[in-house]
Amino acid sequence: MSVEVEIPTILRPYTDGARVVSSSGDTLADVVTTLESAHPGIGERLVADGQLLRFVNVYLNDEDVRFLGGLQTAVSDGDTVTILPAVAGGC
Amino acid sequence: MLEISQELVDQIVDHARRDHPDEACGVIAGPVGSDTPTRFIPMLNAAMSPTFYEFDSADLLKLYREMDRNDEEPIVVYHSHTATQAYPSRTDVSYASEPNAHYLLVSTRETGNEDGPYELRSYRIVDGEITEEEVRISES
Repeated sequence: MSVEVEIPTILRPYTDGARVVSSSGDTLADVVTTLESAHPGIGERLVADGQLLRFVNVYLNDEDVRFLGGLQTAVSDGDTVTILPAVAGGC
Repeated sequence: MLEISQELVDQIVDHARRDHPDEACGVIAGPVGSDTPTRFIPMLNAAMSPTFYEFDSADLLKLYREMDRNDEEPIVVYHSHTATQAYPSRTDVSYASEPNAHYLLVSTRETGNEDGPYELRSYRIVDGEITEEEVRISES
């Protein structure tokens, strides 16, 4: 399955500045693995210990994947994956 | 240095006072590359907490799509501290992910929901490093 991945500003150093890159896989976890092979270093900014990091939001066709199946969410040809850093903090 | 209009500062402070004792948060968007904050976008603190703030994930996506359509970027990311000074906490630093943004903090600890003096300070937060910067407020 071939998908497009939208990359946020902070991760564009890994993609030579590209806002959108292609990746592939049957699940979101596969998509991240493929992304990491093409853009080494990006994977650890997204996933640790098999879990999506708290600091990032990942959307599949504009749905937050935390409300789908997380990294196990199945992807289909032509899907769009969007990565956005969480905007959060606290005293 | 952050240059921002008095009108935008007033809107941020009003928002922080309104939401006190919870933390208030939002963005001032502006044209990409301009470093000029122009559009005030108050966001809901999905955590509704006096010690934590977080944009709701659906709101966040909507915000970024809207800014993309308008050729805007987040020039200022603001939030309030309601019991501590206007200085980025460790949590603030760990989440800071817009290297080009000015992180503006306002503290409402002195006056709460009331009018009065407030503390407003601005920072760059890049690779975990905090650099305070001057805030120059212009007449609207």
